[in-house]
Order: sequence, then C-alpha cells, then structure tokens
Amino acid sequence: MALKIVKGSIDRMFDKNLQDLVRGIRNHKEDEAKYISTCIDEIKQELKQDNIAVKANAVCKLTYLQMLGYDVSWAAFNIVEVMSSSKFTFKRIGYLAASQCFHEGTDVIMLTTNQIRKDLSSPNQYDTGVALTGLSCFVTPDLARDLANDIMTLMSHTKPYIRKKAVLIMYKVFLKYPESLRPAFPRLKEKLEDPDPGVQSAAVNVICELARRNPKNYLSLAPLFFKLMTSSTNNWVLIKIIKLFGALTPLEPRLGKKLIEPLTNLIHSTSAMSLLYECVNTVIAVLISLSSGMPNHSASIQLCVQKLRILIEDSDQNLKYLGLLAMSKILKTHPKSVQSHKDLILQCLDDKDESIRLRALDLLYGMVSKKNLMEIVKKLMLHVDKAEGTTYRDELLTKIIDICSQSNYQYITNFEWYISILVELTRLEGTRHGHLIASQMLDVAIRVKAIRGFAVAQMATLLDNAHLLTGNTQRNGICEVLYAAAWICGEFSEHLEDPMQTLEAMLRPKVATLPGHIQAVYVQNAAKLFATVLQKHEGETDSQAAQETSQLLIDRLPLFVQSANLEVQERASCILQLVKYIQKLQQKNVEVAEEVTALFAGELNPVAPKAQKKVPIPEGLDLDAWINEPPSESESEDEKPKAVFAKEEPKHYRSRNTEVDEKELARRREVRKQEQANNPFYIKASPSSQKVYDAPGVEHIPVVQIDLSVPLKVPGMPMSDQYLKLEEERQQKEKAERKKKEKKKKREKRGKGRKADSGPESEEDITPAQHVDIVTEEMPENALPSDDDDKDPNDPHRALDIDLDKPLADSEKLPVRTHRPEVLKSPAEDRVSESVPPETKKKSSKEKKEKKKDKEKDRKRSKEEKKKKKKHKEVEEELLESQPEEPVQSEETKEAAAPPTSTSAEASDLDFWLSSAPVPPAAQEVTVPSSAVETSSAAVPESEPDEPKDTEPEDTKSSKHKKKKQKKEKEEKEKKKKKRHHHHHHHGEAGGEDSVQNGTVEEEEPLPPMSNYSVLAENSFIKMVYDIQGNHQDESKVVVSIIFENKSDSFLKSMEFNVLDSLNSKLQRPEGAGPHDGLTVPFQLPPGVSNEARFVFSVQSIVMPQKLKGTLTFIVKSDESSTHEKLDFKLHFTCTSYLITTPCYSDAYAKLLESGDLKGSSLRLEGINMPFHHLLARICFHHHFSVVERIDSCASMYSRSIQGHHVCLLVKTSDQTVSIDAKCDEPSLLGNVLDELKQTFSKC
Amino acid sequence: MIKAILIFNNHGKPRLSKFYEHYTEDTEQQIIRETFHLVSKRDENVCNFLEGGLLIGGSENKLIYRHYATLYFVFCVDSSESELGILDLIQVFVETLDKCFENVCELDLIFHMDKVHNILAEMVMGGMVLETNMSEISTQAEAHSKMEKSEAGIAGAPARAVSAVKNMNLPEMPKNINIGDISIKVPNLSSFK
Repeated sequence: MALKIVKGSIDRMFDKNLQDLVRGIRNHKEDEAKYISTCIDEIKQELKQDNIAVKANAVCKLTYLQMLGYDVSWAAFNIVEVMSSSKFTFKRIGYLAASQCFHEGTDVIMLTTNQIRKDLSSPNQYDTGVALTGLSCFVTPDLARDLANDIMTLMSHTKPYIRKKAVLIMYKVFLKYPESLRPAFPRLKEKLEDPDPGVQSAAVNVICELARRNPKNYLSLAPLFFKLMTSSTNNWVLIKIIKLFGALTPLEPRLGKKLIEPLTNLIHSTSAMSLLYECVNTVIAVLISLSSGMPNHSASIQLCVQKLRILIEDSDQNLKYLGLLAMSKILKTHPKSVQSHKDLILQCLDDKDESIRLRALDLLYGMVSKKNLMEIVKKLMLHVDKAEGTTYRDELLTKIIDICSQSNYQYITNFEWYISILVELTRLEGTRHGHLIASQMLDVAIRVKAIRGFAVAQMATLLDNAHLLTGNTQRNGICEVLYAAAWICGEFSEHLEDPMQTLEAMLRPKVATLPGHIQAVYVQNAAKLFATVLQKHEGETDSQAAQETSQLLIDRLPLFVQSANLEVQERASCILQLVKYIQKLQQKNVEVAEEVTALFAGELNPVAPKAQKKVPIPEGLDLDAWINEPPSESESEDEKPKAVFAKEEPKHYRSRNTEVDEKELARRREVRKQEQANNPFYIKASPSSQKVYDAPGVEHIPVVQIDLSVPLKVPGMPMSDQYLKLEEERQQKEKAERKKKEKKKKREKRGKGRKADSGPESEEDITPAQHVDIVTEEMPENALPSDDDDKDPNDPHRALDIDLDKPLADSEKLPVRTHRPEVLKSPAEDRVSESVPPETKKKSSKEKKEKKKDKEKDRKRSKEEKKKKKKHKEVEEELLESQPEEPVQSEETKEAAAPPTSTSAEASDLDFWLSSAPVPPAAQEVTVPSSAVETSSAAVPESEPDEPKDTEPEDTKSSKHKKKKQKKEKEEKEKKKKKRHHHHHHHGEAGGEDSVQNGTVEEEEPLPPMSNYSVLAENSFIKMVYDIQGNHQDESKVVVSIIFENKSDSFLKSMEFNVLDSLNSKLQRPEGAGPHDGLTVPFQLPPGVSNEARFVFSVQSIVMPQKLKGTLTFIVKSDESSTHEKLDFKLHFTCTSYLITTPCYSDAYAKLLESGDLKGSSLRLEGINMPFHHLLARICFHHHFSVVERIDSCASMYSRSIQGHHVCLLVKTSDQTVSIDAKCDEPSLLGNVLDELKQTFSKC
Repeated sequence: MIKAILIFNNHGKPRLSKFYEHYTEDTEQQIIRETFHLVSKRDENVCNFLEGGLLIGGSENKLIYRHYATLYFVFCVDSSESELGILDLIQVFVETLDKCFENVCELDLIFHMDKVHNILAEMVMGGMVLETNMSEISTQAEAHSKMEKSEAGIAGAPARAVSAVKNMNLPEMPKNINIGDISIKVPNLSSFK
C-alpha cells in the first residue's frame, strides 16, 4: 500500500507544480499568454484525473493564474472537490481557491453547504479555521442562513482560535442574512467580555462595524463599551471603541460629556500615536456634537489643537497628514482656535507631498479674512500655475472658488478682482470644472449689480476669444464658461460697448462645434443681443445698420437650424422666423425695436436654495384631497389604498376646503399629476386633458429662458408629462411672483435633475433675498436635500437596521437543520416559526421603502401613512410574537407580553447611565444587571458619591428629576432584564427550570439602594470615597476609583496622591517616577465640585486582604490665601475587590463543581431579614458574583478572581437564616471572601 | 473594513491580491493597475495615505501603503480603520513574512503565493482584522505547515527532493528585498503588542 502511494507520488513529482508554473511564466516573458494557455490545458487534463493530490496541485496553480487576471470559474466544481478532501493540505488549497474566485453568482456554491458544515464541526481546529476563513470570503445569503446556527455554536468553542474566527465571521453572516442578527446578538455581546483578548477584540470589531452603520441601535451598549474603554489595554480594541464613540456621540450629546474626561486622560497618558490621534478625533466629534458655546470645553479644544499642532510639526509625513485632516474637522465648529495656526498651514501648502498640500488647502478655507483673501488667492494662483497633474490643479481651482464664494462672498471686497480671477482660471487647460467657473460667473453677474458692466466687458472678450477655450469640448470642460459668457452678454447686453461685435462673435461658424446646450444659449442670447442692437440703431435712426443686423442673423442662423441638437434647432428656427418677419417690417420702415426688446424684458432675481421649502402651506390647503374624484378608468385595482385616502381625507378637510381659489386648484392638480406621474400603475392622462391645464398659463411661459436640452414634448412619451408638470410649476411660481412684480430666475437646463425639488409646495411668497441667497446652476438639483438621499438604497447595511433591545420573540431562532422536524413540532407550528419571520422582515423593509417614497412625494401624507403603518406593523409584530407561543408554556407568553415596557426600560437605562455622573457603578450596571436599581437611587440617601458630579447645576437638577421619574421604571426594568438574562442563558436548553422571576411577591418589593463606594478619608476641605475593581485584562492589576469632593469654599489644586507601597501591592507610577513619588490628580476642584480619578495598583497575591497607608496633599486656594493641606488615609483592598463578575452557564458550573478541584467552606448567617432576591442582589453587587441558577429559595452563584480562581456559592435561605456553602480552589481566599460576606450582612 | 490587500512590485506585477468584495478578474486587474499607477508615482518620504482610488468604493476609501525595497504593500480600507493602525498592521504583516520565510525577498512571494495567503488569512479575515500579534500569527502559520508536513509524510519526501533539485538554479535572482536592512520609521509599533 505504502509502496503504491510512493509510486503514485513519483509519477506526480514530475507534474508541474506552482513553482514550476511560476518559473515557466518567468522564462516565457515574450509569449506569456501562449505559455499560460498551454498550462491551462495541462491543468484541465490534471483536473480530469482521480488523484486528489493532482487536482489540488492543479487548483493551486489556478489560484495563481487567477491573480494574474485569468478567469478560472470554469474549475469551480473541481475546487469544491479539492475543498472536500480529507487532508488539511488539500482542503486549504481548495478553500483558498474558493475564497479567491467564488462569489454569489457561483452556482456550485450551494453544493458546499454540507461540506462546510462538516468542516466547521471537525475535531481538528485547523480544518474549522480554514473553513471559516474561506467562508468569510464567499458567504452567500443561502450559506449564511444554513450555517448561521453552526457558526453561532462555534462562538462558544473551547479554543479561542476558533472563537475569534467565528465571532468575526458573524458580521458577514449578518450582512447576508439579517434575520440572524437578533438571535445571535446576545451571544455576540457576551463575547465582548470573553477572557481571551483576541476574541474580545473580534467582538468589538464586529459590533463597531455594525454600529457604525446603524449607530442608534447600539446606543444602549455605550456603558459596556465605556467600561471596556476604561479597562482595556489593547490599542486595537481601544481605537475601535473610540472610533465607535465618535459615531455615537452625535446621537447622544450626553454621552459626549461623559467621554471627554477619560479621553482627555488617554490623550495625556498614551504613547501610541494612533491611539492619541483617534482620541483627538473623537474628542473633536464630541465637541461638534455639543453646542459650541460651552466654555468648559475650550480647554479640550485647546488641548486637541495643541496636540494636532505637534503632529503637524512632526517630520513624519503621515502624522502631518493626519494632523491636518483632524484639524479640518475642528475648523468646522471652532474656526477661531485653528486660525491661530495659520502660519503652520500656509507652510504646509508648500510641502512637496501632494496629499499634505490638499489637506492644507482644506484648512485654508477657514483662514481667510477680508484682509488676506486676495493675498492667499494670489498664492494659490501661483500654485495653480506651478501645479503638475490635473487632479491637484482642479482641486486648487475648486478651493479658490470655495474660499472666495464662502458665506455669500463675505470676504470679497472687490468683485472686479474676483471676475478677473475667474477669467484667469478659464485659461487652465484640461480642467473638469468649467461648469463651476461658469456658475460663479453667472452668480456674481446676477447678484452684484454694480459689477455687471465690468463682467459683461470681460465676457465679451471671452466670447471674442472663444477659440482659445473650445479645444476641450467635453462636458464640464472649460468651454462651459462660454455658456455663462453668452448668457451674461445677452442678458445684460445694455452694458455692452459694442454689441454688434459680440453678436458676430456669437454667430461664428465655429460655434457649431460646441456642445448643444451651449449652442442653445448662444442662439437665444444672440436674439437678445439682436434686440439691443436694433434698439441702438433705431435710436440713432440708422435703419441701414439695423437691416444689416437682421441680414446677419438670417445668414448665420440656418447653420443652427441644421443642428443635430433638437434644442438648438428649435430655438434657431423660431428665432430665424422671427427675424425674417422683423426684416419684413423693417423693409416697410416700421419701428420694431421696442417690441423685440419687450420679448426679453424683465429682471431675473436669485432665489434662495431652500426657498421652496420655507414657503408655509397656506391654511386650508390640503395637498392630498381630491378636487374631483379621479377619473374612473385610471383606477386600477392596484390602487386601492389610494382610493381609501381619497375617501377619508375629504372628511377632515371638507369644511376648510370650501374657499379654494383658482390658484390652489391648479396647485392641487399639479400635485395630483405628479403623484400620478410617479405611480407606474397610473394611466397617463390623455393629451386633451393636458391642454386644459396648459391653457391658463401659456402667456406666462417665459420663452427666453427655457433651456432644455431634451425635446420638450414628444407625444406619447412619458417624459412629456414631466415637462408639462415643470412647466405648470413655473407658471404657478410666476403667477405668484407677478403679484410682487418679480420675475423668476432662469430655469435650468437639465430638466430631469429638477424632479427632486419640483415639490408641491412651490408657492406664493418666495422672497428672494439677494444678499443672502446663492443661486448656482446646480441649485435646483440640491435645493431640497432630503435626508434619505444620504443612504444608498443598495447598502446592505440598511437591512441590519434592527432594534436589538427588543427581547427575542420565540419565532426568532436561527434555522436548525433537523432531520424530522415534525417530531418536535406540528407542521403548522413549524411553518409559522420558520417562514414567518423572514417574510415579515421583508415586508417591513418594503414598507420602509414605500415610506421613503411617500416622503419625497409629500410629507404630510406620509406622516399619516407612517402612523398607520406603524400601527399595522405593531399589530403584525404582536401577532408574530404571540402566535407561536400559544401552544407553549404560559411562562413564555408572559414574556411576550412584556416587550414594550422592556424596551422603554432599556432606553431609560441608558438615559440613567448618561445622566448620572459616577462612572464605576454605571459601568457595573451592565455586568450585574440587578445592580442597576441600587445605583439609581443611590444618589438620594446614604451614599454621596453617586451625587452627580456634573458641573452644570442645571444638568444636575434635571438629571435628579429624571431619576425620580425613572426610579419606578428602573425597578420594572431590572426585573425584565433579569428575566431576559436568564432567558438568554438558557436559550436553546430544555427550559425546564423555573425562571428566576417566579416569585410574585418579590416583584412588588423594590430593592434598597446600594453603593460600593466607601469613605476613604475626610476632613473639612475634602472628602474621598473609593471603590476597587479588578482588571479584566491583567491578572495582577486592580483599579481604585476615588471620587474627590471639595467640601470647602475654596479652590483645591495641585492634588497629589501617594501611598506607601507594600511588598504585595504597589501603586503604578508613570515610567521614570521613583517608588515614593506621588501621582498628580489630573484635575482641580472648584468649590462644591467632585470628580473622579483612577489609580492602578499591581498586586501579587490576592488571597489576603490588604491595607495601604497613603496621603493626599493639596493646596487650598481661597481669595486671600493659599495653604498646603494634607489628608491621610488607609486604602483597604478586600478580597472581594479582586473578584470580577463573570457570567457562567449552568452546565459549565456543574462541571466545575464535579471536577473536585475546589475546596469547600460554609457560613451561616442568622437573623437576615430581607427578601431572598435582595440578598442575592447584594451579593452580586457588593461581592461581584453572578447568579448561575436559582430555584425557589436556593441559588448558585459564581465569580472569578482576577487571577482565575473560581468561587462558587450555594445560597439557601429559610426563616431568616441564610446558609452559604462555598467552594473555591484557594481556601484562604474563600475564607476571606466569606468573612467579608458576613460583614456585609452584619451591617444591615 | 479592509476592502482589498494588494502586493505588487516596482513594475506593477501583482504578487498577491486579496479582494474582500467580489470583482471580476478584469476589474481586479484594472484596480491593481490603477493602484500601482497612483502609488508608484509618489516619492519616497511622502505620507503613506492616498485618497482617490476610483475603482474600489470611491471616495470613502483610502489607500494605505508601504514600500519595501521592490515591493508595494497596499491596503485599501474604509473610514472605520485607523490609518496609523493599518500602517502598523502592514509592518506586522511584513515582519511576520520575514519571520516565516527567514529574510523574505520578492522571490519568496513569487514562488509561495499560497503560503503568503495563508499567513495573511491568520491576520485578516473577510476584511476584518483578526489578529495583530505577530507571534500569535506565526505560531498558527507554523502549526499549519507542521500539519502539512505530517500529512505529506513518506509520500512527500520524493516530491520535496525533486523540488529541491528544481530550485537549485534559483539563486541566480538576487534576494532583493531584505526587510531587515531597510529601516522604516514606525511611529508607534511598540504600542501594538
């Protein structure tokens, strides 16, 4: 047998392997393609053989060829074969090839499901690992659905190597199969506290990625992340979390306030630039989210700017780049603080690195003032001349325009200068921003009346030299400026010195090479010029010259009549006929100039970009109401919902609708038409009915300004309807404006783009404020940026916008492969639980989409619809939740009824965390759910530390207020939480045990307030309270949180904290500090203020409690004097403080007890007069235990020390007697913990 | 998220391409060419970040690259990644390669693309960073090759002998990237352990 294998491999060893292939390709540099094609033929032969080793070798070579750009999808089936080899070596080759070339369209992928499942459950962790890695690259919705449950199981694998991969791949699974997010989320959340840092980092990674796209759903995790942030030492994790907070703060400014301090501390303490940079970034985000007027944060801004300056000054280009990048974020909200670094930024403009110059340019925007604008622009113009590469030059160009035009040309003192700059910019070759320059020219010429004379002269020159610009006729090329030039010359032709010359320039044959939309403007404005010239000549009674002008037009226009561009053609032929007619009149010596000029009379005024939006809807106007019932033939059955609206709404509005004037009628018609146009089911109105709408407005159509490059009206084309609508809209506007003797601004050429803003509310009082509003050609497209536009409808993350706080419905389970599902459930039930959730999800997402559409159509209606849909959805959800549960136990139905309260409680939980200042109890809240209540009310009686330390008195008040309100909710919530906690833990188990929540009596009894903070020391100036907590990451570190409260009327500063180290416990001092040096407390305390600082201690042995002596020295500064003071204290490290709340599954717990490694001890407490759940809550809270399982008056609890000792308790109670049986692998630790437990209960 | 990881040499020849989103082979080649074009015209001593790869994802993404002797290592990432973090990650990647190949050079990458892929897979999975600890990565990579060797066993011996013979005339190519020789300024590598 072995011989056979050897023989086989000897045959094989002369096969070409990957190295041979690579070598061959390198040796055939000239005819590489040919060589590769022979290789592919060989590979095809090899793939036909039965020997898996040969196949694997072939697939390996294909992977290489794939990298070189060869399509290898034809071998997909062979790749699957190699993947299913039992040998790791081959399997890995197969999975690698699959990960490189499989995608959703690969059809053999569905053959892999079972193979992958097999590999995932392989006893060899590397098989599993390879399968997970491969799957992460080619997971499809089907694979995700089928394998989600298997992967979820792997998340609790014993090997961290597998766990971290499983956690990471869940993100891909969520993307492809969003329904899995809710069922898997609790476990994912658990992994945030996994003992293995790699797994933890993977979980943070996934949640950050999820939260980045839909931050609001993850706000409730903020406390947990906050805790991680303050405890983690892994920079990767910290960076991710800090970035995540950057995304969360805009949603919750209170979070920002909470973050500032720890972030500032990190900025001060970290040596890692990457971490420092991200901290600065997030602080900036926080500052942006807070109102900028907060004086308290000016220090933070200064700190950020300072740090950034250090980065920018660094010789490392990367840091320089990032410094500038972050600086530009500050610029938006705090321009003043950046302006002081102008010198530095200008310096960066000369940097040899283009990326850095670009970033510096961004910053320049905020640097300009009236004084230095010209100077800075001059500098930039120099750069424009020097710049190589069009990208950078274009960037410069846009920046120049941005800088000049910002806040309504605020900094421009001389517009002639600006016009000349624009004209200079037209000399740039190959720019893509012709359009931008053009719109600036138009804008300035229209809005700055005084400049028109100058502008027209400049534009005339441009037109005269048009040949210089026409080299680049591509769209958005520099020739676009001719568009502006022609229009300005035409519109303001009265300022022209020699209109005749310009007219000639505009009718040169060369013009016909320009893009159509520019030619159209040429033709139109030639007509305007013609009018001016005529008037001039008639004024001078020079009829000869006038006739010559007409002749010129008649000679030149036919060129345009032949244009392929319909727009040009139509305008040219119109004007040609007009001119011919005029010529006739001229020959009869009739004076026509006045009438011709009248064609183009009137002034154009700029309209504010959001003018339409700001128009209030007149009272009594209901945009949804039908004026007439819709024509019956247009109502197909699909439209039923619409009919419902039509019938309903008149009821509400009829009374107000009685006095509708003609204008409103027209408007409503328009609205309806638009709706119909957007509705694919609507049969378009017949041409005859269009005419009816048309008729009243014809005379108001401003003939001159239409500039549509698309055919206006092609009968039968659906487009014509849209244009009609636009036209109507314009009529409406003009009707309204005529009242005010104002005429509308020129409409834009790209009609399609306007669809977005041709909203129904285009009405009466658009008040053009010339000084405030910017009109650019682009404007109509962006005039009404709706919020929904930001989200790409194809973004896969939209599907992941799922509320995670809602408790899981029973139906939300990952599909589990079962052989005979009917054994477990009745078929009907099965169908309900398996098929319903995806269906409803889809539905709801559809609904969402619909909603969005509606919103665009008109807001009002959509609001109502939304309400309805919400109701609808709720009903659906309720159905969903209750349906499958009916046949199950009553206990679960109870849960199903709970969700609404539970969710609101969850929200208020976060509220609480955010509103109350002290950090540690809040952080605890997450791990010890039951402690939430205690901390919530802690602010009131015994424990001062929980007094909010916010400096703003208002805030304190409001938070207190809230607290009272929330108190009740809290209690409810706590129970819910417990319930859920429990539920999650036993998710998937038989569910036989009684719920923790069964005791009905307890539900009515609120838990007493508790706090872990105890007084450290106190004198007349200051009070210190402290709490000690273990550090997850490090087994020899504990964190002591001390809240310093200033009790005096003076200012406390220069606080220095010092302890006498013992052999066992040492205060962690910064590097370079001596063993007896004190640590400076990183803040000062104004009177009445308290603040918290944390100190890290390293401990060696944790089995004994410890006491450390220490001193706090500080300076008391009052108005007259300042004195040195000191306060001695004793830090008591209890054994409890070395315990960390660690959740434990009951099966793992049972195993632990069975293992026999643990030594027992027990304790009896008499006269305990408190409900059992209070007792448990106290143990959980004060001693960092978690409840593993609870049955009636008996509970098992678990905790772990920072050094990994397991501590198990069995707590029983009967008649005021509590007996605690405890087990631990370290007897002395256990003894001490029990003593401490006893003390806790003797106090109460 | 990391969108793609590309390694190519000074002439734009791909040495490794890993896309975490699907593109056709043609687009992939185009992306590699475009990226090479963008990266190769930059001087040394300019910053390692680039905006404006038009093909992958557009403006939201950044190219973060490092140039070692004859090779460019380019990571295309979106805004959720820390720029300096990724730079460090590239360094970790290259150092791991150096460790696994013992003084890595371009030839190693050319002839052992599969091995490079396997090392990369221990570091980045599906576009997300899996492990940043160099020793952890190389431990796993070693465990892989151990398994490979044990599987090849007796049957693998002759094949190895043959490939050794085939490789005899390899060293004619100079080992031209020697990461140890090129001092790259890493501002904060020590922080990622």
